Amino acid sequence: MKKDIRIKKFYEKTVETWFLLCAIIAILFLGIISIYLFLEGTPAIFKIGLKEFILGSKWMTSAEIFGIFPMIIASIYGTLGAIVLGVPIGIFTAIFMAEIAPEPIVKIVRPAIELLAGIPSVIYGFFGLIVIVPIIDNIFGNGGNSLLAAIIILGIMILPTIVNISESAIREVPKSYKEGSLALGASQIQTIFRVILPAARSGILAGVVLGIGRAIGETMAVILVAGNTPLLPESITDRVRTMTSNIALEMSYAFGLHQEALFATGVILFIFIILINVALHLLVFRSEK
Amino acid sequence: MKKIITSLIVLILITSLITACTGTSHVSEGTESTGTISVVGSTSVTPLAQEIAYEFEDAHPEIRVDIQGVGSSAGIKAVYDGVAHIGMASRNLKPEEKEWGLTEHVIAIDGVAVAVHPNNPVSDLSLETVTKIFKGEITNWSEVGGNDMEILVVSREAGSGTRGAFEELVDLLEDKESLLREDALIAEGNGSVKANIASKEGAIGYLSLGYLDETITPVKIDGVEPTVENILSGDYKVSRPFLMLTKDPVDPNVQSYLDFIMSTEGQEIAGQNFVPVK
Repeated sequence: MKKDIRIKKFYEKTVETWFLLCAIIAILFLGIISIYLFLEGTPAIFKIGLKEFILGSKWMTSAEIFGIFPMIIASIYGTLGAIVLGVPIGIFTAIFMAEIAPEPIVKIVRPAIELLAGIPSVIYGFFGLIVIVPIIDNIFGNGGNSLLAAIIILGIMILPTIVNISESAIREVPKSYKEGSLALGASQIQTIFRVILPAARSGILAGVVLGIGRAIGETMAVILVAGNTPLLPESITDRVRTMTSNIALEMSYAFGLHQEALFATGVILFIFIILINVALHLLVFRSEK
Repeated sequence: MKKIITSLIVLILITSLITACTGTSHVSEGTESTGTISVVGSTSVTPLAQEIAYEFEDAHPEIRVDIQGVGSSAGIKAVYDGVAHIGMASRNLKPEEKEWGLTEHVIAIDGVAVAVHPNNPVSDLSLETVTKIFKGEITNWSEVGGNDMEILVVSREAGSGTRGAFEELVDLLEDKESLLREDALIAEGNGSVKANIASKEGAIGYLSLGYLDETITPVKIDGVEPTVENILSGDYKVSRPFLMLTKDPVDPNVQSYLDFIMSTEGQEIAGQNFVPVK
């Protein structure tokens, strides 16, 4: 009897340790990636000079001039544009699915959005290159590869994230809120905008922040449609290069300081991602409180 | 106890990973040098030399080929100084380098074609005009006999071998700084350059000869079409030789590697991306 318990206990411990090891592997890789990225990237930042690197507006690798300001701006503009385009559509879709649409329609819309999330980014980029870029070229000229094309593609790409998270946030709003509001004589639309959305606010914000993370990190689709010119954009139809595209475009040929500068671009991008994650955690923390 | 064991395991994992990461770069140093050929030079030639070397090492397991891409000039200097067996260069030798008495082996030729959209009536440009277009001094097709349309310059990314060769050949470099117009559309890879030219009527770009097809139209440079024949005859100027340079006396192992490159098998590999010489 006693032996039996011992074996059971041993078994429990083994499984626990195994799970612990698996958990450690994830953290280990995060640690190694961070350490490696910072070890490879930060020396270049100091060699180039922090100010010259972050605020320099010229990227000319053959002359060893490395300024990523236009790329930081392009990443921010692209992400902001995607948010402006994607968030309203995403939230309205979520409201529609959670509150308005009858069940049969939800059964069509939801799988469609889930499928949208599963499409590989290179397909989005290809679609952008052969459909959206020529349309922009026809309307505005200048080739069509532009910040605008990147914004449209990113706006579509962040939709699933925003719709899914917002929808579950809206569904989690207690029924009594809605019933109370309707009982007081508010219309359904008034109830949605005045009661349900404010109550689901932090969940929706979390979805938006995750969407920002997706948009700023997207690489392949952006390389295909954005034109990749390392200049500060003056209008929405200008060609831009984001931080992620810069790394992916030039890594295969780079060596020496050029390669280190690309790692350094990664460091700056990583810092942006960390900031976004901190924001996300603060939001989730607030909503749990 | 459990905590100690797990932390030990973690420690072992970390150290083994770190040593695995840092250790790989030193593996090559321990091997004996008698059967090793050192090949040093142009980064553009490196992939081709490496690919042929893999096949060569399969056929001659006793010989190791050690290839380093450090740039054409450094490679030429290294073989002259006797530091390397073979120097690789992706350009012709300069007059002073010619005097060093190195033996030149042309192993392949890389042609760079300038191409436009099929609807573009412009079919012939002088080398000078090409330079002006890529610099941004000519910005409308009507200035070179075409339709009234903005010229859209498509270029490769910085560091690309094709871009380096093109900038050198059409005189787009000044003190190592690229004179390419800054707002050029940058496409990743020859295929992407082709796709961009094929979809935009005002586009002009350059790409490796092997990527030409009916979706884009190559323009004649100074009246010469970019074809394998014209490159071989030397009429088409926007091309460069891939050279292997040796200094006498040539080691038999080195000779057998060079022979392998010039063999049918080696030239077949060269022909995949470049113009073979045999």
